[in-house]
Amino acid sequence: MKRIYLDHAATTPMAEEVKQAMDNYFVKEFGNPGSFNYFGLKAKQALADARLKVSQILNCSPSEIIFTGSGTESINLAIQGLAKKFKGKKNHIITTKIEHHAVLDTCKYLEKEGFNVTYLDVDRYGVPDLEQLQRSITEQTFLITIMYANNEIGTILPVKEISKIARENNIIFHTDACQAAGYLDIDVQSLGVDMLTLNGSKIYGPKGVGVLYKKSSVNIDPIIYGGGQEFGLRSGTENVPCIVGFAKALELVQASREQEVSRLLKLSKKLIKGLTQIPDTILNGHPEKRLPNNVNITFLNVEGEAVLVFLDEQGIAAASGSACTSKSLEPSHVILATGMPYEAAHGSIRFSLGKSTTEEDIDKVIEVMPKIIERLRLMSPVKLTLKDVMEEIEK
Amino acid sequence: MKLKLEETPNVKSKNQAESWFYSDEVKEHFFHPKNIFTSEEEIKKFNADGVGKVGSPACGDMMEMWIKVKDDRIVECRWRTFGCASAIASTSILSVMVTENGGMKLDDALKIRPQDIIKRLGGLPKRKIHCSVLGDKALRAAINDYFKKTKQYDRIVVEGAKVIDKITKVTDKDIEEAVLDGAVTFEEVQEKTKVGIHDKSCIPEVKELIEHYKKKYYGE
Repeated sequence: MKRIYLDHAATTPMAEEVKQAMDNYFVKEFGNPGSFNYFGLKAKQALADARLKVSQILNCSPSEIIFTGSGTESINLAIQGLAKKFKGKKNHIITTKIEHHAVLDTCKYLEKEGFNVTYLDVDRYGVPDLEQLQRSITEQTFLITIMYANNEIGTILPVKEISKIARENNIIFHTDACQAAGYLDIDVQSLGVDMLTLNGSKIYGPKGVGVLYKKSSVNIDPIIYGGGQEFGLRSGTENVPCIVGFAKALELVQASREQEVSRLLKLSKKLIKGLTQIPDTILNGHPEKRLPNNVNITFLNVEGEAVLVFLDEQGIAAASGSACTSKSLEPSHVILATGMPYEAAHGSIRFSLGKSTTEEDIDKVIEVMPKIIERLRLMSPVKLTLKDVMEEIEK
Repeated sequence: MKLKLEETPNVKSKNQAESWFYSDEVKEHFFHPKNIFTSEEEIKKFNADGVGKVGSPACGDMMEMWIKVKDDRIVECRWRTFGCASAIASTSILSVMVTENGGMKLDDALKIRPQDIIKRLGGLPKRKIHCSVLGDKALRAAINDYFKKTKQYDRIVVEGAKVIDKITKVTDKDIEEAVLDGAVTFEEVQEKTKVGIHDKSCIPEVKELIEHYKKKYYGE
């Protein structure tokens, strides 16, 4: 059976070129960049080259690029690192209800440490209310952290507008750009962000490597202590092969970005059109301002995990916001934040397309989904109507 | 080579908190559910002796069960479920368990617990165990409904829950559900239920209950 992978928002396969670029640095060029010898210098050079390449793509200085172990770590470093600097001076952070758990759980931790956090509401498409953002700002606000594009529903957030508001109020702005890096402009100057997080495993790069861009004028404290690597902000011997792989991956996705965006847009539009032909379905996320690879649809009166098991049987790998696929008993916090009632939030399915996705794959999904949904609806005692749910969302 | 069921690591519920995959038995009952109702007309025609309904779509699990009773045995059992694959499979296998071999005696059917269903399914991933707890409840509700309709009031089993935490009103059932959902320490149960945050006097009892349910469901 041909396996169709439509879970690229979870992770991407590594590009062959990336693997090749990394190969040299496991056995042959294995040195520690901190060692003052031949091997160390070779590794140090590779690290410097990678840093330069990433900085050129982001349009910043190499000294503003910090390599970390993951997107989650970059986010923790940005938020906790800045909070440590401001402790005792300012204590208010603004974020949204639809951030990744790396942001939300870090904020929750900081609340326990005495910080105040405002979690902005979003509209039914997942766009935060910028007026609420303006109103939430106080003299105590030192950080706004809002994602560039949402990992579940694909909505692209107005990062430029937010950075303008942050600048006008002298507040540092961090954005989680993990999902955006392959498809959107990540020029930090034109975005106007102070900190930006990227991650290797979403851009056909290796897992276990992330980047935090931090403007030189922004001061943060480390959260990991030791040998003082990465400008003293991330101790621990640098993961040279993954860092080399990350730079290569970012270079590749950004080089083919426009082409890939228009190709995936066609495919995702077709998939959205095909799946919303099924009765009682709702497209999650923004109808236009969305990542070209994201299709997230709620199918009323079915439970998402059951759909995934059926899809898996057909060789199709997707994801769901249902409680039964998470560790908690709650459905996706993102879908709930868009106003979707609990009853319907359990039935959301995310298809995230990628480089390997073909039109045949999309046709296959459009072919099998109506049968799966029909089967599950037949045995479901829940009979919500689209009207009920839409009324609930509008409320 | 196909592994024997008991050797397949992903179907053992114990200590497989991270496992996702289902046993062949679960898959069989999910892909080919037995005894389901697929239309209102079927339900009408069936003319059930007892009907049970538990859960809610908001929780992600809802189940309806219809039974026919003859000589104090369940001769037919039909159902509908909104829920994940393990919820659907556990209702399906339960409907088979109570009707096979000439039908189960009502008194025996009342004794069925989630662990009996899980055993018949060849195990469930630990994190999916909570999805299998509705079937037996729906069945008991259907049997009680039958008792009510046939005026056998003395046989109705009331599923009482005891309030453990006086402030948050957390019950022993809530603690049971938390343990079924994989919480095995007091802290984990507290995170799920908010038990014992304000009413600290109940903590020793909560800890005892956790141990009790852990033994009951995981044999630990």
